[in-house]
Amino acid sequence: MTRDELAVKILNENLPGVVESVSDFRGERTLIVPKKRIKDVGRVLRDDPALRYNFLSDIVADDYLPDYPRFAVSYHLLSLPHKHRLRLRVWVDDPDDGPETMAELWPIATWLEMEVWDLMGVRFAGNGSLRRLFLPEDWQGHPLRKDYPLGYEEVQFSFNWQEIDAKKPYAKE
Amino acid sequence: MAQRMPQASDTVRELSVEEIRAKFGTGMEILDAEEHMLLSMGPQHPSTHGVLRLLVELDGETVVNVAPDIGFLHTGVEKNMEAKTFTKALVMTDRMDYLSPMTNNMAYIMAVEKLLGIDITPRAQVIRVILAELSRVSSHLVWLGTHALDLAAMSVFLYCFREREYLLDIYEMVAGQRMMVSYFRPGGLWRDVPDEFEPAVRHFLDFFPAKIADYEALLDRNPIFLARTKDVGVISGEQAIAWGLSGPSLRGSGVDWDNRRDMPYAGYEKYEFDVPVEQVGDVYARYRCRMREMRESLRIIRQAMDRLPKGPVNIDNHKIVPPPRAELGRSMEAVIHHFKLWTEGFIAPDGYVYQVIESPRGEIGCYLRGNSTNKPARVHFRGPSYVNLAALPLMAKNRFVADLVAVIGSIDIVLGEIDR
Repeated sequence: MTRDELAVKILNENLPGVVESVSDFRGERTLIVPKKRIKDVGRVLRDDPALRYNFLSDIVADDYLPDYPRFAVSYHLLSLPHKHRLRLRVWVDDPDDGPETMAELWPIATWLEMEVWDLMGVRFAGNGSLRRLFLPEDWQGHPLRKDYPLGYEEVQFSFNWQEIDAKKPYAKE
Repeated sequence: MAQRMPQASDTVRELSVEEIRAKFGTGMEILDAEEHMLLSMGPQHPSTHGVLRLLVELDGETVVNVAPDIGFLHTGVEKNMEAKTFTKALVMTDRMDYLSPMTNNMAYIMAVEKLLGIDITPRAQVIRVILAELSRVSSHLVWLGTHALDLAAMSVFLYCFREREYLLDIYEMVAGQRMMVSYFRPGGLWRDVPDEFEPAVRHFLDFFPAKIADYEALLDRNPIFLARTKDVGVISGEQAIAWGLSGPSLRGSGVDWDNRRDMPYAGYEKYEFDVPVEQVGDVYARYRCRMREMRESLRIIRQAMDRLPKGPVNIDNHKIVPPPRAELGRSMEAVIHHFKLWTEGFIAPDGYVYQVIESPRGEIGCYLRGNSTNKPARVHFRGPSYVNLAALPLMAKNRFVADLVAVIGSIDIVLGEIDR
């Protein structure tokens, strides 16, 4: 039995029906699980002696506009003892009602979730430190969303400096 | 300009305790703002290796807590890449971790190749490994020089940058650029290495081991360096795993993990090398790890040079790799391929992949989603510097401010990669 299959089998034994679907692409296994149970799944994957996914490598949010549910949050797990990677994925329809924070299982999750919230706007329940990390504190919107324009800035020359400067959205004092 | 530039100091002073707590959140919160002093370190502080601002809470000279404030170099790399074709987006990756552009290229290009499902030629594979290892050495040289400079050892900096110059010349020889190389391309390389590449690398392999011994002679038994690094910034192996540390910062805490050996990619399983591991987990252990890693990189490069196969460096699929210039004059098909490739690019299938490689700083991961168009639908990078920075408060707590400088140097951060 490969490690991919083992993870699904142990999850189904511990939490029946938790694996909604499984997808394999280019030799990578993705388990799609319900948003509400992501923490239980994480706990089993981390603590089961046969799995031991003890390293949270990354949390990535993806925007599937115009599809519904729109957001997907992927957790890239790594098992250091067993040398295996696995991806967990949850679908999020309402970004303000995102999955629960994983900070209890992997402390680094707080930091990774902050980036997801700042740039994609998916809110993690229970993460108390969702703050603007990369963007200025008064920034509006979440730039990695598909409906957020790439934007541009008008080039200022000496003859139209004042005109363009007056339109610029400077940070308020 | 009518607008006054905001000063770092006055923003902190204007905030109340509640506002600071709201801003810097749990886990990194200010414990006692009445008794303690808040010091804003950076963003222009030379020992923060770029534009990193640290809000340091001090009790006398002892660090009670640190809150990193990042984003000064945020340029929206991930968003910008979504607006470019797969090949053109490559140039953004050089600008993230500008001290080891080759490994960034490699993470992104390997993700593209995984998404397309193509294998590259053996010669390209070996050249990639050689250049990735050279870039590891060159990145460690900058780390060593600046780290020692922070700890007041001026001469090491000058020696390190002299040797790095030689490596940048090799970059220029193969790619025409000293820093922003963009040399690895989907399906292979930009072009084959020139004839003088092999003697240049061999010369480097000959003279560099003596240089490492020089650096060690300057630092290993230097009482000031030892006093500043031993038992400073200790992090245990369990904590390092929980906080997602990777690379030499993880191996310095006794965790024996290296993606090149444990989950090999790009043919690393064919090379014989050791993974340096140190048990103590302090600044000195991370220093020892990186110094030993440079020697191991030389071992890999030597083996790769000995087995560098002959043959083409690009695959034969001209839907992905542009046809040779000489063919454009004779073949109509080549002209069409050339035109289509540089205007439209190639189309990647639906699906998402995650490619991890071992960069000089740790585990760099590239998440890439294609959606049957010529542009990536989503690119995300796991920057090892970004993740390693999160453990800084843990390492610097209950130490002096001066030790904070040593700890920042030891986790080897590059702000371009943190902010992206």
